[in-house]
Amino acid sequence: MHKLWASIYKEFLLLIRDLGGLTILFVMPIVLIVTITLIQDSSFKSISKSKIPLLIVDNDKGYISENIFEGIATQNTFDVILKESEEEARDLVFKGEFQLAIIIPENLSKDLELKINQNVDGVLSEFGFEEEEGTDAIVEITPKEVRLYFDPAIQYAFKESIKSGIDQMISKIETRSIYKAFQEQLSDEESQFSFDSESFISFKEIVPKLNDQEILPNSAQHNVPAWTLFAIFFIIVPLSINMVKEKSQGTFVRLRTHPVSYATVLGGKTIVFSMVCLLQFVFMLLIGVYLFPALGLPTLDVSEKIFLLFIVAFFAGLAAVGLGLLLGTIANSQEQAAPFGATFVVVLAAIGGVWVPVFMMPNFMQVLSNLSPMNWGLNAFYDVFLRNVGFLEILPELGLLLLFFLITTLISIVYNNKKNAV
Amino acid sequence: MIDIQQLSKKYKGADDFSVVDLDLKIEEGEIFGILGPNGAGKTTLISMLCSLIKPSSGSFTINNLNYANNKRELKQLIGIVPQEYSLYPSLTAYENLFYFGSMYGLKGKQLNDKIYEYLEKFGLSSFSNKKIEFFSGGMKRRINLIASILHQPKILFLDEPTVGVDVQSKNVIIDHLKELNQNGTTILYTSHHLNEAEHFCTRVAIIDNGSVLVKGEPKYLIESCENTHNLEEVFIAFTGKELRDYA
Repeated sequence: MHKLWASIYKEFLLLIRDLGGLTILFVMPIVLIVTITLIQDSSFKSISKSKIPLLIVDNDKGYISENIFEGIATQNTFDVILKESEEEARDLVFKGEFQLAIIIPENLSKDLELKINQNVDGVLSEFGFEEEEGTDAIVEITPKEVRLYFDPAIQYAFKESIKSGIDQMISKIETRSIYKAFQEQLSDEESQFSFDSESFISFKEIVPKLNDQEILPNSAQHNVPAWTLFAIFFIIVPLSINMVKEKSQGTFVRLRTHPVSYATVLGGKTIVFSMVCLLQFVFMLLIGVYLFPALGLPTLDVSEKIFLLFIVAFFAGLAAVGLGLLLGTIANSQEQAAPFGATFVVVLAAIGGVWVPVFMMPNFMQVLSNLSPMNWGLNAFYDVFLRNVGFLEILPELGLLLLFFLITTLISIVYNNKKNAV
Repeated sequence: MIDIQQLSKKYKGADDFSVVDLDLKIEEGEIFGILGPNGAGKTTLISMLCSLIKPSSGSFTINNLNYANNKRELKQLIGIVPQEYSLYPSLTAYENLFYFGSMYGLKGKQLNDKIYEYLEKFGLSSFSNKKIEFFSGGMKRRINLIASILHQPKILFLDEPTVGVDVQSKNVIIDHLKELNQNGTTILYTSHHLNEAEHFCTRVAIIDNGSVLVKGEPKYLIESCENTHNLEEVFIAFTGKELRDYA
């Protein structure tokens, strides 16, 4: 026991005197979590509050373009700038000076009205309504195309959401035009029945409740667990470097001549670095609860979940430490440990769903993400933070994290014993 | 005390054996010097005896204990002073000694007293709270030695313990090694300093290409080898004058 205690004390001293390592462990995650949340929050605000400049070339100048302008105005997302020619708008967007342009084709209102009237006339004649004398003969109308130009640098998700919004707006205008055409054909007087063209079906989001209060997740509750986990797993870099340094300094060779087991040596590191993970977590929570509101970001709500959150952080920390021990045991130089460790954490984060939600990944990646300890940790954090579950529900994820720690540590011990077998 | 029989070592990928069928007996209380040119097999031999590397063949016993069956007991019996400074640079002298002493099972007052006793003996008591990274080469050598003797080993392996240190540090180290030997520690020592070995060792073995060329008391070797007046001349007589570069 005294050997383990001495190992813990030594690891603690090495850690607090390693400024570079401390920076990686505490400052970098704080910078990361504040920066990412600020960016994500401001991106959200820029879409919902500030306006995106939108170029429109109105070749129609009819009621449809008026409706499009109205629709855009009610969305309160875009700042419309009119341009005269499609070429000018296209050049400005493709050069990246504007993010998107909409080209409304010539005669869109007139031709849509004509097309709808033709269709409505056709339908009504099927039901025995006689066509009025002198009605125009059916003319061929070519389908119209509203052209969209996007800055090539625009991200796919943003582009798709804009396309979907414009598509919805045009569909609504088209539907209203059909209603209007029917109304005009079926009623001659103002007082007669009119179609209610407002949407009949609407949707409402039902959110979970805690103590009769709705739990509305905010960007802090999404970001803090994800990036805390990222930071916790980044511990493998300083931990593996710590172990590689012992090899290059010769202290590891000296230790091998001492009557002490490798498990005891690793035990000291596990305890110290697990405590570091918990400290990191405390810092992250404090930032979420106290710093975020001061920066105008949503406050992290940790009420009634603090105990479970610490349990998840502890087990996630154990898994991260296990991985660090394995890397430190196998690597022979800092040049091997540092880049591999950093890259591996990024890969684990990517397949674990830190950046892109797992359900949006291709099937193969979804299967792969089940193997990422970061995915288990993230799920457990989300379960506690957002789904408001109890200890029993997160037990499977905690079990996997613990198993991962045990397996990686066991491999480290076996590998070391085999490599240094005498 | 140390009985080596037909011990051989060939590293993976190497063309030749580093140690070949080596037989050697070192008695209790001896200061035994293993001398040889670069690449002769000195460090490999010590590393095998300290259980840092596995022999390819042969066997050895220390204090009648076989390593395979008595790892812990043997590790408690021996101390090794490696050629490199095997210390934590960011820890102080005291912290390094506290840690390595603890790993030998020492604790509490016993450990504390030993640390301060040796720091005093080696002239380092005023530096106990200074970090090793600020120590001179000679000071690091002395701490390197103290870290290996805190537990009063029965056998001490020293791999070039005085390399790169000034005369003053060397004298302090040698004097305390002699004192340690007088208190019952058997010493197995490698060095390139043949003059030092001549006066320090009770017996030496000159090895080359992994085999023992000659062994005996320094005085006896000098007398029995024609036209030699010191151990260095004996060494040259047995190992030749050609350069021993190896990679």
